[in-house]
Amino acid sequence: MIESIPLSRMGRPGFDGAAISIKGAKKSFGQFEALKGLDLEVQQGEFFALLGPNGAGKTTLISLLAGLARPDAGALSVLGFDVGRDYRQARRAVGVVPQELVFDPFFTVRETLSLQSGYFGIRPDSKWIDELLENLQLRDKADSNMRALSGGMKRRVLVAQALVHRPSVLILDEPTAGVDVELRQTLWKFIRRLNEEGMTILLTTHYLEEAQTLCNRVAMMKAGQVIALDTTQNLLADHSRPSLTLSVGQGKPLPDVLIQRATSLPAGRFRLGLENFAEVEQILAACRTAGLEIKELEVGQADLEEVFVRIMKDTPR
Amino acid sequence: MRGFTTLFGKEVLRFWKVSFQTLLAPLVSTLLYMLVFAQVLDHHAEVYPGVSYREFLIPGLAMMAMLQNSFSNTSSSLIQSKLTGNIVFILLPPLSPFEIFAAYVLAAMVRGFAVGGCVWLASLIFFPHLPAHPLELVIFALLGNALSAVLGLLAGIWSEKFDQLAAFQNFIIVPLTFLAGVFYSIHSLPPLWRDISRFNPFLYMIDGFRHGFFGVSDIPPLESFLIVGGCAFALSCLSLSLLSRGWRLRS
Repeated sequence: MIESIPLSRMGRPGFDGAAISIKGAKKSFGQFEALKGLDLEVQQGEFFALLGPNGAGKTTLISLLAGLARPDAGALSVLGFDVGRDYRQARRAVGVVPQELVFDPFFTVRETLSLQSGYFGIRPDSKWIDELLENLQLRDKADSNMRALSGGMKRRVLVAQALVHRPSVLILDEPTAGVDVELRQTLWKFIRRLNEEGMTILLTTHYLEEAQTLCNRVAMMKAGQVIALDTTQNLLADHSRPSLTLSVGQGKPLPDVLIQRATSLPAGRFRLGLENFAEVEQILAACRTAGLEIKELEVGQADLEEVFVRIMKDTPR
Repeated sequence: MRGFTTLFGKEVLRFWKVSFQTLLAPLVSTLLYMLVFAQVLDHHAEVYPGVSYREFLIPGLAMMAMLQNSFSNTSSSLIQSKLTGNIVFILLPPLSPFEIFAAYVLAAMVRGFAVGGCVWLASLIFFPHLPAHPLELVIFALLGNALSAVLGLLAGIWSEKFDQLAAFQNFIIVPLTFLAGVFYSIHSLPPLWRDISRFNPFLYMIDGFRHGFFGVSDIPPLESFLIVGGCAFALSCLSLSLLSRGWRLRS
C-alpha cells in the first residue's frame, strides 16, 4: 500500500463562503427549459447529493458549473470564482466525473492521467498518480491502453482524471453506473477519505441507498427546479413513515380494509404504510378476524428511496 | 503555458502513434504522383524556362501534401474528440481559447512539415535541387500550413458528424488544392479559368512556395505573401472568436 499523500490543495485560503453557489440559473435548449431559475448552495466540506429523475436538469446544472455549457441567466460560482468571468480559477477548483463513459483511445491509463495534469497547468505528480491508481485499483492497468479496459475500469479512470489536479470540489455525475459492488465500495471508501480531508463532494446518483449512506445533505430536483432541500436526516424524519411488511398464507387475499392501502411485493408479500406504530395491532387484529395466518412480519422505517418517490409524486410538474 | 505545451504534445503524439497512416501513407501517395506524372509528362512540357516538368511538380506536390495533412490533423482530431465525447478533457481544464487554438494549429503544422519535408528529401534522391530562396520557401510553408491547419480547425468545430467533415474535405479542400497550380502553371489556362483561379488562396501558397524553390512564379511573391498572410490572419481571428464563444463545443 502506498503512503497516503495529504491533499494540500483543499479550499481557498481566506474564503469561507459556499463551495458552490448557484443563483437564478436558467438554461433552455430550444423550447425545452432545462433549468428554471435554480438557486442552490453547497457549503465547503459537504458531501452533497443532487437527486432527481432523468431529465430533471442535474447534468445540465453540472455542465454549467463545469463550463461545458453557458447559462442563459443567473450567476454560478465555485469557491467564490465566477464560472464565466474567473473561468481559470473556477475550473482549477473543480474536478468533474462525467456521466458518459468517454476516453481517448490513443493513450494508456498513465499517459491519460499525465496529460490531464498538464492541461490543468500542473507538472505530472507520479506519486499522486500512483496513489490514485492504487486507491482505484488500477495499478496493474497503468500501462494498458484505454481501449483494453472494461467499462468499470474506464469509469474509475474518469474518477482518477477528475482528481489528478487535486481539486477542492469534486462533482460526480453517476459515477458508479457499471461498477461492480466490491469496486463500488472501494471507490466510496476513497471518496469518503477525500471528503474527510476537506474536499467538497457533489454527487448525482440513481442509487439512493448510496446517497443516504454517504451524503449529509440532499437536494431533489424535478423539471429544472429544486423541490426539496435538507439534511438527509431531516428529509427521512419529515417525509418517511414507518411501514409494515407481511406475508400471509398462500392464496389468501388481505381483508378489504387493508388491501386498499397495501402495496403488493414479490413472493406474496404486502407493505402497508403506518401513521404510527400503534396501527400494527389494528392490522394484526384485522388479519386474525379474517382468519389469515401471518407467515412473516417486519416493521421498518422508510428509506431515502421511498422519501424520493413520495416527494416526486407529491410535487406537480 | 503548461496547458498549451501539454495539449500541443498530445496532438503531436496522437499523429505520431499512428505514423503509418499520418506520415508514411501521404508520403507514399505523393511520391507515386511524382513518379507517374513526371514519367508521363516530363518529355511533353517545360513549364518555366530551364525547369523541367518533373522539377516543377516537386514543390507543388510537397505543398499539396503539407496542406492536406495539416488540414487533416486539426479537423480529424477535433471531430473524433467531439463524436467520442472526449472533448470534455480539453473543455474542463482552464485552457484559454488561444491555448487550444495554438496547440491544435502548431501540432498540425508539425505534421505538415514532417510530410512535406520527407517528400522534399525523397525527391532530392531523384532530382537534386537546392531552393533558390530558402527563406521564402520556409515563410510560404509556414503560412500555408498555418492557413490549412486553421481551416481544419474551423471544419472540425463546424462539423457535427464525419459526413460533414468529409464533404468539407472532398468538396472544398481537395478541389482547391488540385486546382491551385500543383500540376500546371495558371498561364497555361484559358483567361476565364485563370481569372477564377485568382480567387483560390491555395494558388498563392503553392505559387509563392514554388518561387522559393526556383526563383520563378506566376504571381509576384509579395502579392502571394500578402494574400496568404491576410487569409491566415482573418481565419485565425474567426477561429479564436468561435472558440471563445464555445460555438458547437460548449452548449
